[in-house]
Amino acid sequence: MSEALLELLPSVLLEGLLLGCVYAMIALGYTMVYGVLGLINFAHSEVFMVGAVAGVEVYRYLGPHVENPYILALLALVIAAIISGGLAMGIERLAYRPLRKRGSTNRLVPLITAIGVSFFLQDLVRLIEGLWHGEFYMNFPADAQMEALHDLPMGMSIQNKSILVIAVAVIMMLALDHLVRRTRLGKAIRAVAQDLPTASLMGIDPDKIIGRTFLIGGALGGIAGVLFGLLYSQINPFVGFVPGIKAFTAAVLGGIGNIYGAMLGGLVLGTIETLGGTYLFFLTGGALGNEYKDILAFIILVLLLLFRPQGLLGKTQGEKV
Amino acid sequence: MPPALLLQLNQVQACYGHIHALKGVSLEVRAGEIVTLIGSNGAGKSTTLRCISGLLAPRSGEILWRGQAIHGLKPHEIVARGIGHSPEGRRIFPQLTVEENLDLGAYLERDRAIVAQRKGEVFELFPRLAERRKQDGGTLSGGEQQMLAIGRALMQNPALLLLDEPTLGLAPVLVEALFETLQALHRVGKTILLVEQNAWHALQIAQRAYVLQTGVITHSGSARDLANLDEIKRAYLGE
Repeated sequence: MSEALLELLPSVLLEGLLLGCVYAMIALGYTMVYGVLGLINFAHSEVFMVGAVAGVEVYRYLGPHVENPYILALLALVIAAIISGGLAMGIERLAYRPLRKRGSTNRLVPLITAIGVSFFLQDLVRLIEGLWHGEFYMNFPADAQMEALHDLPMGMSIQNKSILVIAVAVIMMLALDHLVRRTRLGKAIRAVAQDLPTASLMGIDPDKIIGRTFLIGGALGGIAGVLFGLLYSQINPFVGFVPGIKAFTAAVLGGIGNIYGAMLGGLVLGTIETLGGTYLFFLTGGALGNEYKDILAFIILVLLLLFRPQGLLGKTQGEKV
Repeated sequence: MPPALLLQLNQVQACYGHIHALKGVSLEVRAGEIVTLIGSNGAGKSTTLRCISGLLAPRSGEILWRGQAIHGLKPHEIVARGIGHSPEGRRIFPQLTVEENLDLGAYLERDRAIVAQRKGEVFELFPRLAERRKQDGGTLSGGEQQMLAIGRALMQNPALLLLDEPTLGLAPVLVEALFETLQALHRVGKTILLVEQNAWHALQIAQRAYVLQTGVITHSGSARDLANLDEIKRAYLGE
């Protein structure tokens, strides 16, 4: 029995890595926006969902015309990134910026606005999909070539689409790292995150940089939506909620505001959740099934807030001069 | 003919919450001058600079830059017109390296060669910063942070440099060096509006001065004349 469980372990870890990649990509959007505005943008769950829906539509309309499944996936990723990035920027422009300009210092106001935007987008997508296609439950179509298995050592096997998910996530994270650390925009984003008024004295337009931050975070969320769809296939307007809240947990786990923390937190959370989902059943003799895996994520969040509230890579407050 | 008028404040009033910080401040700065604004703590010196650079919107009055109104513009738009502001409390970016802090000073300068040249000049002026270029700004000592703040302002190469207490926390040797730097900048034609607690020093290098007291300009004139006024000596020069 335990040998069988051990044999399963590499595959479970791989599964956790895939889920972790998706969480990490969403968590980046949470953490970047928190970095510049100190705002938990709960509408980011829906930016992710819209990316997944945009991906479905690409498959629906371009699928019959594009032979190569990789090119099709790439098209879905690019279009979802553009739509989700644009959407995130629009949300900032229409919902958060007017609040900021009023000069309200109450942090609950933008938070509640974010939740409102969330509900609005869920029902807007439901309405649009309902009018457009008569239903709002969607599927990423399966593709034999994408599902094809490669054997790996230790009894593992990996599908082509899983390789694609990992590759896209790694490339995006490396690109983001380069952007934030090396480019003029990246320096401006970090400057605004650390001290907005002084950044404006450098000639940086904070509103423009905040908009760019939403654009980048939103695009990553949209890409995560397509990756999620490729992995788990079923999509609906409410599919953003659970992964979104898990990714938020991942961002807090890694240290909110820290992009490397979001990457690490996503991978850790995905792995723990998959491990829990698989082994809880066996360890409790069947008393707790796979459906309890969600509890695990939030137990981690509670424990973390108790013992290391700044997160794995976060720094304790008090550094600001 | 006197040099061109760069900056002009007419009856500027400003508030912080319910505090009436500036009660009608008027002053002017001409091209090539060092003008100093002295006064005790809380007199409104920093508030005046914050109004000029757009960090604080004046409640009334006008601020003219080369004859054009700039009150109501955003800080980044004012920087783009050539007014650099090294703010109170240094305000360097703690989690950016020394070099990144300096690069941000030249954020609006797209020509990398010019940025590199200015950085070279700053490093020549403050060799200490060159040694620490890869270190995070937050790990520097107070004096080093002050050098970085001034270096960052010089990276902007502004037509008018607003300096808020640049000598605060600097060792006496560095204070001397800094004032020499300001005089060197003056010789190459830079214009500086200097807010200083070290009034004696400021009056030595400035051509003209204004004295600010609880939001009102009480004296103005040539720096030499003001330095010889008995009440200025008593109040600000510790004599």
